Amino acid sequence: MLNETYLLLIPLLPLAGFVLLGLFGRKYFNSAKREAGIIGTLLLLTSAVLALYTAYEYFFEIGKVDGIYQKIIPFQFTWLEFSHGVSINMGAVIDPISVMMMVVITFVSLMVHIYSLGYMKGEERFSTYYSFLGLFTFSMLGLVMSSNIFQIYIFWELVGISSFLLIGFYYQKPSAVAACKKAFIVTRFADLGFLIGILILSFYSGTLDFHTLIERLTLPESSQFQNAVSSSFLGISALTWGVVLVFMGGAGKSAMLPFHIWLPDAMEGPTPVSALIHAATMVVAGVYLVARLFPVFALSAPGALELVAYVGALSALFAAIIACTQTDIKRVLAFSTISQIGFMMFALGVSNYDNGGLLGHSNLGYTASMFHLFTHAMFKALLFLGAGSVIHFMHSNEMKDMGGLRKHLPVTHITFLVACLAISGIPPFAGFFSKEEILLAASQNNLVVYGIGLITSGLTAFYMFRLYFSIFWSKAPSPYENVHGEGGFPMSLPLILLAIGATFAGFIPFGNFVSADGKPLETLFHWQFSVLPVVLGFAGIFTAMWMYKKENNLPDKMATSLGKFYKVAFHKFYFDELYEFITKKIIFNLIGKPAAWIDRNVVNGLVNATGNSTETLSGKIKGIQSGRVQQYAVYFLVATILVAVLFIYWWK
Amino acid sequence: MFTPGLYHILFISTALFFIGIYGFFTRRNLITVLMSVELVLNSVNLNFIAFNKYLWAGKLDGLFFTIFVIAIAAAEAAVAIAIIINLYRSHESIDVEKAGEMKF
Repeated sequence: MLNETYLLLIPLLPLAGFVLLGLFGRKYFNSAKREAGIIGTLLLLTSAVLALYTAYEYFFEIGKVDGIYQKIIPFQFTWLEFSHGVSINMGAVIDPISVMMMVVITFVSLMVHIYSLGYMKGEERFSTYYSFLGLFTFSMLGLVMSSNIFQIYIFWELVGISSFLLIGFYYQKPSAVAACKKAFIVTRFADLGFLIGILILSFYSGTLDFHTLIERLTLPESSQFQNAVSSSFLGISALTWGVVLVFMGGAGKSAMLPFHIWLPDAMEGPTPVSALIHAATMVVAGVYLVARLFPVFALSAPGALELVAYVGALSALFAAIIACTQTDIKRVLAFSTISQIGFMMFALGVSNYDNGGLLGHSNLGYTASMFHLFTHAMFKALLFLGAGSVIHFMHSNEMKDMGGLRKHLPVTHITFLVACLAISGIPPFAGFFSKEEILLAASQNNLVVYGIGLITSGLTAFYMFRLYFSIFWSKAPSPYENVHGEGGFPMSLPLILLAIGATFAGFIPFGNFVSADGKPLETLFHWQFSVLPVVLGFAGIFTAMWMYKKENNLPDKMATSLGKFYKVAFHKFYFDELYEFITKKIIFNLIGKPAAWIDRNVVNGLVNATGNSTETLSGKIKGIQSGRVQQYAVYFLVATILVAVLFIYWWK
Repeated sequence: MFTPGLYHILFISTALFFIGIYGFFTRRNLITVLMSVELVLNSVNLNFIAFNKYLWAGKLDGLFFTIFVIAIAAAEAAVAIAIIINLYRSHESIDVEKAGEMKF
């Protein structure tokens, strides 16, 4: 049996780090010796070891009963009891995806902790930074371990706030402040949908617990299911509305269309934070949420699942097109993240719950999605940390300032190349295996989505290598004055470890461990099928090589020949402008201004009138307080006489 | 020989009372104000004595009250004079009109 004490330590150690460094960090641990970072890193190292041990225990020792991975709830307690039978519980759930996420989160977070020792060196708020990282890791672990949909919502918001704090870490920069506000407001708006979705689902199922909720809402004979399906709004059943709204929350966090606008701006935060939060962990929370509720999507609301597939596929394509035109390296990576999460989303969308498809594994999409989540965490964190090294070296985010860096940053160069090959799906790197599975799943279920996926994977290879060649080749290696190199051991160790992960993670037989129904899934490998995506990937790479390996005017020519389309893509399809138009022109003018008028004139008017009349009245009667004692005596006498008269003639 | 009755004494005490009130309201000098207060108190004393003597001759209640009032008047005079001295120190005057700081 799993020991619940050490299981609880996994999220609680980072929390302890947050409390310790948050309260005492600035005073005691903020010196040049970086104690704050070392404390945070050691705590997280313990967490990561415990998480790996849990994963080992679960996957190889106790998790499997009769060939099926069980859902284990090591502990649970009633947190808020509203009335008898209606309560919110808190608990931890251990099942394949939560264990897998725990490993990913603690591992990537540990890498980022180590990396930041070098990257954030000399930062004035060093200990604050580490306390925020601890808070984030705690909330993310809490999110994946939640046994209950309300609990996940609490941690969801905690993750949101830590992301907000870290994006706005450089709060002296107005752009960072704007970005953190934007990220918070956009995700908050999507979370409104999530909350309504939670309320709908829990209202119809009569429970907040994931396990019971899924059970009640997927059995056609249960009364809750029939109730939820028969009540409808605008011709769509309440159940579908519920899961669509929950998906809206997930789309907000995962930066899917149309809520993707916050992620590129979130790159204002420190680069290691982008690697941790905005690439590897938090942004996949939406995918995790859909996976968590996957039986409800797949069995009871196929329409919603189809929506997930199309939203994912469109986001993947759009983001990939935009990524080809951006010049800020972190923004390219941000759009590539959106694109890869789109892959995970549509992989879920094309999956079935059970294993009864034509080719014998129609729930492949689920496994593929989780697999891609796993490998993507590795190579995308690696890409961001590599970009961090480049930015650390160059003090610039702009691609055109760079070039020929391969001599200056050898470790970064090699690891970045590994990550690029992985994300482009070149065998034998990790991304190849997960991407093939996703495309295979898509090709079996939905050819439109499959087509989009193919185009996108070609584009992915192109924009990643555009980035790679622009940074590391393009110009002749020039002698930069800046000679502090790669930032030392703390910065190169995570790169190397992640590069190992990005190379070999693909060989894990993922289907044996993670599948929609807990049964091991045989992942067949069709090499004929892989030819087309790999050829497309190589085509992308060679196009990028042709255009960007040597400095030339081909990119400009290409941009001019594409004309309008290039311009539109460069401006990110004008999504920001559209949102600006809707908020500034429509919401502010039509709702904000009248409301402000009412507030100023009616509400304020009432309050002011009360105040003014009191003031006027008191001004009139203040003369009574003349300060002349004899006058007071006269009042006293007159009042006494009056009272006497009253008593004598009225009272009797 | 004319013996004064209750009414005569009540007349005198009423006169004393209103003289005292008048003085209390009109004098500016605090010492005079204090004297007026004493007048009012003594008019009350007279009333007590007179009622005791003419209405309940066998009892001593009125007398006791009078003694209490005299004792309290003495204490009150001590306090009042202390206040007046302090006022004089801070304002260099004992005119009540001059001490108007307690105005609104």
